[in-house]
Amino acid sequence: MADATADLAAEPTGRLTTADGRPLKTALARAQARARRRAFLLVLPLLLFILVTFIVPIGQMLHRSIHNDGFSANMPLLSQWFARTEPGTAPDEAAYAALAADLQAAAKAKTVGVVGTRVNYEMPGTRSLFTSTGRKARGFEPPYREAILQADPKWADPTLWGTMRQVSQAYSPNFFLAAVDLARDNEGNIVQAPPERRVYLMLFQRTFLIAGLITVLCLLLGFPVAHLLATLPLRASNLLMILVLLPFWTSLLVRTTSWIVLLQGQGVVNNTLVATGLITDQNRMQMIYNQTGTIIAMTHILLPFMILPLYSVMRPIPPTYVRAARSLGASSWTAFRRVYLPQTLPGIGAGALLVFILGVGYYITPALVGGASGQLISNLIAFHMQDSLNWSLAAALAAVLLGLVLILYWLYDRLVGIDNLKLG
Amino acid sequence: MKTALVLSSALTAVAFAASAEEITVMSWGGAYTVSQVEAFHKPFTAATGINVISVDADNPATPLKAMVEANNVSVDVADVNTSDAVRLCDEGQLEEIDPASLPPAPDGTPATEDFLPGALSDCAVGNIVYSMVVAYDASKFPDDKPATIGDFFDTAKFPGKRAMWKSAKTTLEMALMGDGVPAAEVYDVLGTPEGVERAFAKLDSVKGQIVWWEAGAQPVQLLADGEVAMTTAYNGRIFAAAVTENKPFVAIWDGQVYEYDLFVIPKGAANLEAAKKFVAFATGTQPLADQAKWISYGPARKSSGPLVGLFQDGKTEMAPHMPTAAANLTNALPSSYEFWVDHEAELAERFNAWLAN
Repeated sequence: MADATADLAAEPTGRLTTADGRPLKTALARAQARARRRAFLLVLPLLLFILVTFIVPIGQMLHRSIHNDGFSANMPLLSQWFARTEPGTAPDEAAYAALAADLQAAAKAKTVGVVGTRVNYEMPGTRSLFTSTGRKARGFEPPYREAILQADPKWADPTLWGTMRQVSQAYSPNFFLAAVDLARDNEGNIVQAPPERRVYLMLFQRTFLIAGLITVLCLLLGFPVAHLLATLPLRASNLLMILVLLPFWTSLLVRTTSWIVLLQGQGVVNNTLVATGLITDQNRMQMIYNQTGTIIAMTHILLPFMILPLYSVMRPIPPTYVRAARSLGASSWTAFRRVYLPQTLPGIGAGALLVFILGVGYYITPALVGGASGQLISNLIAFHMQDSLNWSLAAALAAVLLGLVLILYWLYDRLVGIDNLKLG
Repeated sequence: MKTALVLSSALTAVAFAASAEEITVMSWGGAYTVSQVEAFHKPFTAATGINVISVDADNPATPLKAMVEANNVSVDVADVNTSDAVRLCDEGQLEEIDPASLPPAPDGTPATEDFLPGALSDCAVGNIVYSMVVAYDASKFPDDKPATIGDFFDTAKFPGKRAMWKSAKTTLEMALMGDGVPAAEVYDVLGTPEGVERAFAKLDSVKGQIVWWEAGAQPVQLLADGEVAMTTAYNGRIFAAAVTENKPFVAIWDGQVYEYDLFVIPKGAANLEAAKKFVAFATGTQPLADQAKWISYGPARKSSGPLVGLFQDGKTEMAPHMPTAAANLTNALPSSYEFWVDHEAELAERFNAWLAN
């Protein structure tokens, strides 16, 4: 359009104008701007909706992963003392006076628990130290050092002061460090968490491995089905399509519990195998409440997300291409590999990406059928959201997960190209 | 015409009053909410005219925290467990409840002395005592029946799979009691690194045999399906399966870990006065005793104990099924919220790491 206008404007007969005498170029630009504004107004409600219900809450949640002012907001004087002094400074009377004043104020405002919880995240076993000292804080008189140490000698612990110094800053990387099994020691150096508490890296690794395995399984199982759907006569393929979609429309919980009924020790599969004499009653297979259960149930649940994009890509591929390849002498394998498969790549890419990303974030199925070995990282995110109420750590874990998925997405874009994606 | 006008304005006034006098109570769902509706909500509405709306959550503490933090509190009263009540109270997210505002026992004992120890705190009033017990399927053990918490961990003497709650809480305590630590010393031992090692070593000895459950309904299902021979479970669930569904399930009270559920009022509750009225009413001697008619959780008031009667089936005597019955308390552990608010982060992380590896 712009080129055409340029051509018209370059006409030797002079500048083209509209009926009311304005130059055509400006009139056109104005009309286009108006159309764009109108289009923007049309999508505005959706944009606002997404902004309010999606982007802002997620942004707030992610913000928690680096920001926790549980200590700094409720212990202002002590936080100032930390800001004034060098790391490693032994607490003097001024520090204890600030601590006493802050504890008194916090006890009055009922925020000692918040402070204790924040410190407890970094140094287990300290929450009750804050709450119990907070209850005695009203009676503190100078010299504060003696008064506080008399209330509880644990206050002399240099590790505690090192930890308080760390949490006196509202913005801290500590939750992200914890999310990748790291921690900061007294001097602020980054060190590995103690071996018996390292769990997150292993779970991230397991989550990605299982999601990858499920993607491969879905592809292997889904590809022939999608091909059948695409090539059968319409009547038959419609029936088959219903069979694919029906489980897709069924509640996730129902499908997960059905797998429990099928796979458990006294379940349908084991009973059948015992009845036919393939296994003995003592050697029933353990197929649920472990990784196997997670993989089987999730593969089944995610299968439609693979079949549908594959189907939509395969449907328009003319069968004549493969026939032509065959008639030119290609073996059936070569014809499939060099003619059919490349045309289905956008569907494979879309299906694999969908299944993988959904699989990485799956939560309820591993929680119900995963037992101990089938737990994924999302289960621990849920644990920190619902049980330990450590939302900052949950947010940090979620942010790491989001980051890893985005990296994979970027890699995919570099390797395959996101334009080569066909969702249907 | 005039009559119609008067009538309609009167109706409006009534409707307005009704909409103003309404509170929302959040609880845990299932048979538990039913028991509260029958024993607390209905009599409360009958006595005061204040309507009670019942809503459920997986754990009411989680939405409560979110509501108070977002300053958008749509619940007036919530039912939470002890550690959450203490935690939320310390963080200033709950209204304080003056114990003096609670009704005394029928014999005049003030509320502060009538409630069981630990059932009253600055912001919370206990309603029931619930307990984690070991339960077994009697048909799986025809001869020798398991009788102690130690038998739960003895897979040689009592073969069969076990189910346990996927949580550090109660699991570690039970492991220590199963290893022979008396209930009274459990938290002293668990507070030391050696004690934690000891608990995990005990769990290691049965790790391959354990199915982990998360929702309270699961252990009963696992027992009923024959997936496991023994499980830990909430005593009320086992009672319901045994009495109402005639399952051959038996609870072992040795080594039970009991805890309170408490009513709390979130900061910023819209109907504060009505909420306080509800809490005082529901935790009275009679309503607490009435609740046992619907579910086998013990009342948090001493004076309610003798008033506990028959189950709703009209023939089962409830008293022996209460976690607070004297015979059930010989080796029983009151769950320590002080211990768990300090150590939950650390032990839960360790427990999760142990599970996953």
